[in-house]
Amino acid sequence: MIGSLANSVLRESRTRDVILVLTAIVILWEGYVWIFEPPRIFLPPPSAIFSEFLKTPGIFVRHMGYTLATTATGFLLAVALGVIAAVGIVYSRFLERTLYTLLVALNSVPKVALAPLFVIWLGTGAEPKISVAIMLAIFPIVIDSVLGLRSADPDMLNLARATRASPLQVLMKIRFPNALPSLFAGMKVAISFALVGAIVGEFVAGGNGLGFLILVAQGQFDTTRVFVSLVLLGLMGTVLFYGIDFLERLMLPWHVSQRSDPGATHPAG
Amino acid sequence: MKANSDAYVRISHLGKVYPSQRGDVEALVDLNLDIRPGEFVSVLGPSGCGKSTLLKCIAGLEPVTSGNIQINGRPLDGPPDRLGVVFQRDVLLDWRTILNNVLLQAEFLGHKRAAYRDRALQLLQRFGLQGFEDRHPWELSGGMRQRASICRALLCDPELLLMDEPFGALDAMTRDDLNLELTRIWQGTNKTVLFITHSIVEAVFLSDRVAMMSRGPGRFIDVIEIDLPRPRALSVRETQEFGHYTQKIRHHFAELGILQE
Ligand SMILES: Nc1ncnc2c1ncn2[C@@H]1O[C@H](COP(=O)(O)OP(=O)(O)OP(=O)(O)O)[C@@H](O)[C@H]1O
Ligand SMILES: [Mg+2]
Repeated sequence: MIGSLANSVLRESRTRDVILVLTAIVILWEGYVWIFEPPRIFLPPPSAIFSEFLKTPGIFVRHMGYTLATTATGFLLAVALGVIAAVGIVYSRFLERTLYTLLVALNSVPKVALAPLFVIWLGTGAEPKISVAIMLAIFPIVIDSVLGLRSADPDMLNLARATRASPLQVLMKIRFPNALPSLFAGMKVAISFALVGAIVGEFVAGGNGLGFLILVAQGQFDTTRVFVSLVLLGLMGTVLFYGIDFLERLMLPWHVSQRSDPGATHPAG
Repeated sequence: MKANSDAYVRISHLGKVYPSQRGDVEALVDLNLDIRPGEFVSVLGPSGCGKSTLLKCIAGLEPVTSGNIQINGRPLDGPPDRLGVVFQRDVLLDWRTILNNVLLQAEFLGHKRAAYRDRALQLLQRFGLQGFEDRHPWELSGGMRQRASICRALLCDPELLLMDEPFGALDAMTRDDLNLELTRIWQGTNKTVLFITHSIVEAVFLSDRVAMMSRGPGRFIDVIEIDLPRPRALSVRETQEFGHYTQKIRHHFAELGILQE
């Protein structure tokens, strides 16, 4: 009883701590700007950023929606394609030797440098942005899925074989659920990569999205608008990350990391 | 009827070599053993002598290198029909409830889950797991988890039950408990059981015969009939006859330098 109470307070107090720290930063920032008065073009105060947003909230929200849609589409496609590729890699020696090796090699290339190429190939619409998002997000998905699919308990696989489970059953009932925690870890990395991909795509071409807004504001030396976009971008990334975190809690209540063991959440005591 | 069809499991001149880069590992050498239908046979031997290897060969999970295994008069190719296996570690799926873990056996064998639900609940009750059907494996103690894996192995009424040190990791009290329950289950049906252990007392208590294995590469050094009346209560272990059997086995191992006397 006391344990569970302490636990919920702990969780609440974490949110409270974060809010406290953020508030402190905003106040310090505001105070710094008022006292030392740096040129607006370098550092606008938080209050100016906020009122800039209130001037044209509709525009910001529309562009944010565009970036969100691109990110989400790229992310979801990366998950779908990545998991399929991982299954192929785990089940086929040939794919492991070719596709996996190729992916790992490609991963060391600075992929954002390829963004302009996508614009040449796919034009200036949403497609090149989604493609860049997929390209960045798919690596952690594939690598973590392969890891998860391979980490099934050998005795469990023996048991399945001894009971003549079909390969599809082994995949769906053992390997895939077993890979979910690892897949979620990959998705948490992938979601921020997808956002990076979307923004890079918007930097390179097109007239939509927060990336585009940043580029335009920068051209006009409107630092305040750059900051508004950055703050929105940060908010979006955070919400997306915790969205996946929430989904993970919902789907994997059985996993070690999710069990409500006070000792496990707070090892130092 | 030919003499060899009397055996449910017939192991003849079985040899197993694990190939590996740093030279081949000889795990089993020239094993011969016939297990009658409905017989309870324990395999007893020191760690690393090839007990698990033997079990995996009979389960059709490891190809044999030489000799052959027949089940029910047919040479083994792949896992035999109507087989139940319990491994050294309880392997349960963390994301499934205990009931669903037990029903996994039916799913894998291609049976309807609904048809086995009642039987699963009944088995769980027999093994003292009523009330835990909807819990997850990680909410259970080691003994309870191992009971659940035994229920899973028994679900589809196997003819052959292979058990690899199922109680090795359990405390003495739980072990006694499960030994009793296992003999009860076995007596009520007529399953053929191959039970692997390195506890002499457990082997004598459970078995019709105990096959003793030498230190690796494994070979059978002797097979001893345990002629104790059934049903056996735990107290049978304090009797003189029981002590006679355990002594004989211990002596046998000591002669080969496997045990110190
Ligand atoms: N997959 C494998 N590849 C190579 N060697 C193996 C493999 N599995 C087992 N061995 C070797 O075969 C021998 C017998 O192993 P096995 O697991 O059958 O022993 P065991 O009698 O079950 O031991 P324990 O009582 O400790 O479980 C050991 O020397 C082991 O190193
Ligand atoms: Mg073993």
